[in-house]
Amino acid sequence: MSRLLPRDLLRLATVGIRSRKLRAALSVLGVSIGIASLVAVLAISETSKADLLAKIERLGTNLLTVGPGESPFGEETKLPAASAGRVRLLSEVESAAAATVVEGATVRRSSYVPANITGGIFVEAADPELLRTLEGTTASGRFVDRASERYPAVVLGARAAKRLGIHNIGGIVQVYVSGRLFTVVGILDPLPLVPELDSSALIGYPAAARLFGTERNPSTVYVRAQEGEAQVRAAAALLPSAANPLEPAEVAVSRPSDALKAQAAAEGTFTSLFLGLGAVALLVGAIEIANVMIISVLERRSEVGLRRALGARRRHIAIQFLGESFVLGIAGGVVGVLLGIGATGAYAGYEGSTLLVPPVAIAGGLAAACLLGAVAGFYPAMRAARLTPTEALRTT
Amino acid sequence: MSEAPVLELRDVRKTYPDGVEALRGVSLTVERGELTAIVGPSGSGKSTLLHVMGTLDRPSGGSVAIEGRDLSRATDDELSGLRATRIGFVFQSFYLLEAAAVIDNVADGLLYAGVPAAERRHRAAAALDRVGLSHRERQDASKLSGGERQRVAVARALVGDPAIVLADEPTGNLDTCTGGELMELLHGLHEAGATLVIITHDEEIAASVSRRVTVRDGLIEGDS
Repeated sequence: MSRLLPRDLLRLATVGIRSRKLRAALSVLGVSIGIASLVAVLAISETSKADLLAKIERLGTNLLTVGPGESPFGEETKLPAASAGRVRLLSEVESAAAATVVEGATVRRSSYVPANITGGIFVEAADPELLRTLEGTTASGRFVDRASERYPAVVLGARAAKRLGIHNIGGIVQVYVSGRLFTVVGILDPLPLVPELDSSALIGYPAAARLFGTERNPSTVYVRAQEGEAQVRAAAALLPSAANPLEPAEVAVSRPSDALKAQAAAEGTFTSLFLGLGAVALLVGAIEIANVMIISVLERRSEVGLRRALGARRRHIAIQFLGESFVLGIAGGVVGVLLGIGATGAYAGYEGSTLLVPPVAIAGGLAAACLLGAVAGFYPAMRAARLTPTEALRTT
Repeated sequence: MSEAPVLELRDVRKTYPDGVEALRGVSLTVERGELTAIVGPSGSGKSTLLHVMGTLDRPSGGSVAIEGRDLSRATDDELSGLRATRIGFVFQSFYLLEAAAVIDNVADGLLYAGVPAAERRHRAAAALDRVGLSHRERQDASKLSGGERQRVAVARALVGDPAIVLADEPTGNLDTCTGGELMELLHGLHEAGATLVIITHDEEIAASVSRRVTVRDGLIEGDS
């Protein structure tokens, strides 16, 4: 009986590859691009997801916002003026601060700027506790406090300050708030959990009431609950009746970190599209390998004949070609995984996040490449094995 | 078993699917240590005869026995095993792996016999010595001349110590001078005890061989 030692199989499987290196390299390229895109898509989404989750962790998940909801008839409602004060009394609440939009107010750098150019900046009256409740910081100056809240003093959100071209408050900087000069007393750092405040200009309630007739009913009550998921949930449950005891159903409570979590989850759905594209690239790669293998079998017919004459069984011939296609697949897989990790590394470096390649992406990529090599090689290998020795040896 | 002839054909017929009768009843016995030339014009059926003798093809009728074993009922795998261990081939167009070293080409003669790599190389070196190419061992086959290539092919056929070596037009791709040298080599191997069957259409080469079997139109015309 003729037999082939397993150790010889590897050498046999690379005979064709070694004698046609460029062709082998090109056929590996297709698969490796497919695998690389799969690995990169999985790893990049994982990396940015981990980034988002880390960001959420850093920002804390115990910030809640309370706003007016809708009445049963779909009309807009208002929160009572005392809602922030009542919310503050809850034991689950660490601090709370109200903010009320000053209707129609605009902010301009000077009186020469046309009134209709608002820069998307809106004016809000805010409690002095707001900054502490948001755990925000000022880039420059300080927040409106008990003293300055009575006067035309304004604190600019990060984006609002940028739009107005104000970078620090060295010297006296003034802006026009609805035709009146306000002194800028502080500029905030960006607030990732409540990005809407980044483009606001915050003034004190007494000043807003005096100058613009703004009432105390909050547009939003920002609430910092006690640490811990249970406390946050308890606070969220109690907030409606605390904010509006008469109509608790007309209160909308939300948790800004949920939006970021939803964003992290959305990253996942986004990747499935790219995974699909990667799979198409992989399919093309597989067809490429099958094509190269069929050509290889045709070209190496006399080699098949010789091997049969030297005593190879049909299955030895099949396994040689199958092995070759398998090796091409694995090579594509290894190159692809490395390319994918490289691409993810470049992305992580660019985004300044930590590289995170899920092991399932590596294992899956390699497994897909192996499977693909085997499937692509199956038909060509069978074709080679079916040749009779005399057919294979016939010259011409 | 040593008493049985190395190769015995009895009334072998071969008809191809297209109706061509390549062999029409050939009986032939090759004894151990014999050097036989099978001569005939092209189309006489001598290549088919070589394929049938070498178990590369099955006869349509009649029987083939190698070392006394009748092969009518042998499976494809059993025939492969026989070729791996008992039969050596030399082809007109050499069929060397161009990218592989000479010694590896020769060692491939043992590849399907289940011999470990180190042992294969060891025996390949000895076979190369027999054909006088020891100094070319490490070179790639692509670097060799035609005559050298055919000697490598002869070494590959011999490396497994087969019962019989079948050579199909071994000098067909060589010029007269190198062809003569190759025949000298084959004669030398015969004198050293090898059993050889040479198929050729070259009368001159056939003339140098003691036993000549003449084939014409699928029949044996003469055996001397």
